[in-house]
Amino acid sequence: MNPFSSGTCLRDMIRAIRACKTAAEERAVVRKECAAIRASINEDDQDYRHRNLAKLMFIQMLGYPTHFGQMECLKLIASAGFPEKRIGYLGLMLLLDEREEVLMLVTNSLKQDLNHSNQYIVGLALCALGNICSAEMARDLAPEVERLLQFRDPNIRKKAALCSIRIIKKVPALAENFINCAASLLKEKHHGVLITGVQLCADLCKVSSEALEYFRKKCTEGLVRTLRDIVNSPYSPEYDISGVTDPYLHIRLLKLLRILGQGDADASDRMTDILAQVATKTESNKNAGNAILYECVETIMSIEDDGGLRVLAINILGKFLSNRDNNIRYVALNMLMRATTLGAQAVQRHRATILDCVKDSDASIRKRALDLLYLLVNDNNVKPLIKELIEYLEVSDQEFKGDLTAKICSLVEKFSSEKIWYIDQMLKVLSEAGNFVKDEVWHALIVVISNASDLHGYTVRALYRAFLTSTEQETLVRVAVWCIGEYGDMLVNNVGMLDIEDPITVTECDAVDAVEVAIKRHTSDLTTKAMALIALLKLSSRFPSYSERIKGIIVQNKGNVVLELQQRSIEFNRILQKHPKFRSALVERMPVLDEATFSGRRAGSLPTAISTSSGAPSNLPNGIAKPATAPIPDLLDLSSDDVPAPSFSGGDFLQDLLGVDLSPTPAPSGADMPPKASTDVLLDLLSIGMPLPVQTGLSASDILSSSQDDKAPFVNFNGLASLSSLSANATSPANAAPMMDLLDGRGPGPQKSEENDQAYPSLVAYESSSLRVMFNFSKQRGSPQTTLIQATFTNLSSNVYNDFLFQAAVPKFLQLHLDPASSNTLPASGDGSITQNLKVTNSQHGKKSLVMRVRIAYKTNNKDVLEERQINNFPQNL
Amino acid sequence: MIHFVLLISRQGKVRLTKWYSTYSKKERSKVLRELSGVILTRGPRLCNFVEWRGLKVVYKRYASLYFCMCIDPDGNELEILEIIHHYVEVLDRYFGSVCELDLIYNFHKAYYILDEILISGELQESSKRTVVRSVAAQDSLVEAAKEETGSTISNIIAHAAK
Repeated sequence: MNPFSSGTCLRDMIRAIRACKTAAEERAVVRKECAAIRASINEDDQDYRHRNLAKLMFIQMLGYPTHFGQMECLKLIASAGFPEKRIGYLGLMLLLDEREEVLMLVTNSLKQDLNHSNQYIVGLALCALGNICSAEMARDLAPEVERLLQFRDPNIRKKAALCSIRIIKKVPALAENFINCAASLLKEKHHGVLITGVQLCADLCKVSSEALEYFRKKCTEGLVRTLRDIVNSPYSPEYDISGVTDPYLHIRLLKLLRILGQGDADASDRMTDILAQVATKTESNKNAGNAILYECVETIMSIEDDGGLRVLAINILGKFLSNRDNNIRYVALNMLMRATTLGAQAVQRHRATILDCVKDSDASIRKRALDLLYLLVNDNNVKPLIKELIEYLEVSDQEFKGDLTAKICSLVEKFSSEKIWYIDQMLKVLSEAGNFVKDEVWHALIVVISNASDLHGYTVRALYRAFLTSTEQETLVRVAVWCIGEYGDMLVNNVGMLDIEDPITVTECDAVDAVEVAIKRHTSDLTTKAMALIALLKLSSRFPSYSERIKGIIVQNKGNVVLELQQRSIEFNRILQKHPKFRSALVERMPVLDEATFSGRRAGSLPTAISTSSGAPSNLPNGIAKPATAPIPDLLDLSSDDVPAPSFSGGDFLQDLLGVDLSPTPAPSGADMPPKASTDVLLDLLSIGMPLPVQTGLSASDILSSSQDDKAPFVNFNGLASLSSLSANATSPANAAPMMDLLDGRGPGPQKSEENDQAYPSLVAYESSSLRVMFNFSKQRGSPQTTLIQATFTNLSSNVYNDFLFQAAVPKFLQLHLDPASSNTLPASGDGSITQNLKVTNSQHGKKSLVMRVRIAYKTNNKDVLEERQINNFPQNL
Repeated sequence: MIHFVLLISRQGKVRLTKWYSTYSKKERSKVLRELSGVILTRGPRLCNFVEWRGLKVVYKRYASLYFCMCIDPDGNELEILEIIHHYVEVLDRYFGSVCELDLIYNFHKAYYILDEILISGELQESSKRTVVRSVAAQDSLVEAAKEETGSTISNIIAHAAK
């Protein structure tokens, strides 16, 4: 150490940091050190530069910022001595990454050092270049590296080879320059050079098909010979690892042969002998040998081969699979996964072992094994395998259950030849791991149940039994509640008893109890509770004697803080109270759900007609709302309601209906919800409420959906539906129209209101030879008076416009707010645009259209230009 | 290819990080946080591979230190275990039965050795002797340079003292 050193040395600093008891102490020490280092840097203190940098590297490792030391690295690299350069390059690799601009400054020093007479300095430069070079540096320095591939010292040649890998990865176009030098490296005897040369060839093949062809033709023979030599080489202590000579070289040669043999029968043919030799002769009791075997198996799987070798390979994997070492089993599973694509038959033999691996205590192995097993399942073995997996589900770790459940569900669905088997397996999964079952899976289950009419009774009883034993599984509760609601009478009367079933006695009271449990459970979420409410409504008609009790349960939710539940409970209560005569028709059993539509939905290919059709609710798959022929009774009984209804203004009406005050501000039901929610047919079908406001319309239409048969002459779908749409959009005066519809009972359905919120066509507000202005319109839901306009300006001339300024003026009945523009420079010939947002509030909304005067000023070619225009072709109703 | 090499102590302290793929500062600390959480909590008899963000991390514990290397999903995990062991053996030869403290106080040496074994995420040398010899040769260059400056300074001092 320098005798004049001041401050602490590196060792002292590390000691001080290690002595810190708390993070705060550590921060204080580091802060002090950093301050000293900064001071030293500012003084341009040369003697301590390398010490400062070493300290900074340690500090950086602790996770503190060290950017201020970057320039010090460059200074050290630029200095003449080896010690300075050594620490400088280390700092460069640690403190900088390739995206740092400072890095460009080092290119010149690197170039000098690559040509340095001291080979260790050349080595430092190559190492740094290989670890952090950017594409630009790669281009600048590739010739130097290429030259160093022929350097006299093998240590430099090997470094240059690896450095070339980085270069061709950064700039693949440079690959062809390296092909010849790389090929000559393959003839070397020095292991380091050979290893790196083979690696370089492999990477060249990846980026250049020309290189691949070249090596395939010229080098395959040589590589096979090298591999044979190394396999048969006598013991050499320098490269020996547990009885194998240089496994790294083995592995790299096998890897390159794989690349060369892939897709080329001729090259593959030339390597089969040596591959067979490696596969049979390599010792498999140590990791090094297994690493070679593993690589060899992969090569055999990848090259073109008649199958003899593949059997050998699969057998090696079979041996791996029964190994006690977890690592070996892991790689075997990994490899077998790839082997299944070649021929599943050979892998099938190991199915039992793989199944054991699914139950391993090691998460990595479990995951691999499950993935593999998933690929191995077919029609013949699905039943025993699923049985095993479901049994394992009971005892598996919590974190593994999600994966396992998803795989089981997917398999059960894929191979569900018999409905009863499918339902049985799904019920088991639901009761074991219902909380991990995804929504679409249990939706699918309900669709299947609905379609299996001969199994309704069986299913509802099985679900009831499962429900009694495991109430904590959310999705099980949902499916059970849905089925009890639908098929409650079958549950009680043991309808459709199958031979395999144990008889069960359930009273009407028990059924209602079950649903009550579901709704009162603390863990039940909104969806479950909403489903339970619907089930109760349905049960009230199935079990008339329990109607009063059910009403009691429903009423308890009248004050629920969740709007959805509150609304449902109030609506249902009203139905129970005021309209007993058509209640039973209202809550008839759901029609059979259409499987095709459902699977179409899942695939995301729902016909757009369904999601957008506004006037055609009859498109809905359950066939609700065939046009009602009978005169519609006044369902809401407005005039005789116990709540005085003074006037028919939307706000008041809604207040009555919901018992909450929604008028002054947008309803908490979130007026800005996307309109598509209301067309969510599936949710509608399954009566699943989600806290989407628009959906309340559906919950209502939903109840009615069961009356699709339309035998009952009263169907009041339109009336009720538009009522609910009102509640969703209550604060919007735009809903005046549906409101009126409600009163005369011929509402256009809930979707009508959506149209008001739909996009307006965009408008070319202004177009001249030099400039185009486009307006895009949008409305905030709940404030129809306000229109948001996004103006987009495009330059049609070939000159840039500077100081671009857009101004607008409106008549008194409008209010205008201009946001700042995105820029004030408009690039030439449409090569970019300026956007600016405007907000216009129309106080005479519905009576007068928008009108606007605009003025656009800009500079082009140093000339001021002013354009003016009145825009009165705005779309109606803005 | 090896994307990065990490040395983490059992207490979660980082002892060495080497990045061969580009990671920003933020990503680096996130990687360190995530991986030390995953690896340090794994039980002793589990396999040495962790699947992580589409890549694989091969790790091995030596005394109180975890050596981790992250590779592509199609890389040879067993070979990486050998490379880790290779590095550990070279460290052992260089320091003479290496311990964690050696790597703390001489962290730069650990980097120098790693640089002789790996460049751009690929293995450079399979002979331990060659690696140790190369590092030793460079160390002696540094020593020689130090003595030179030392002697000039002492000359100056001697000169000034006259």
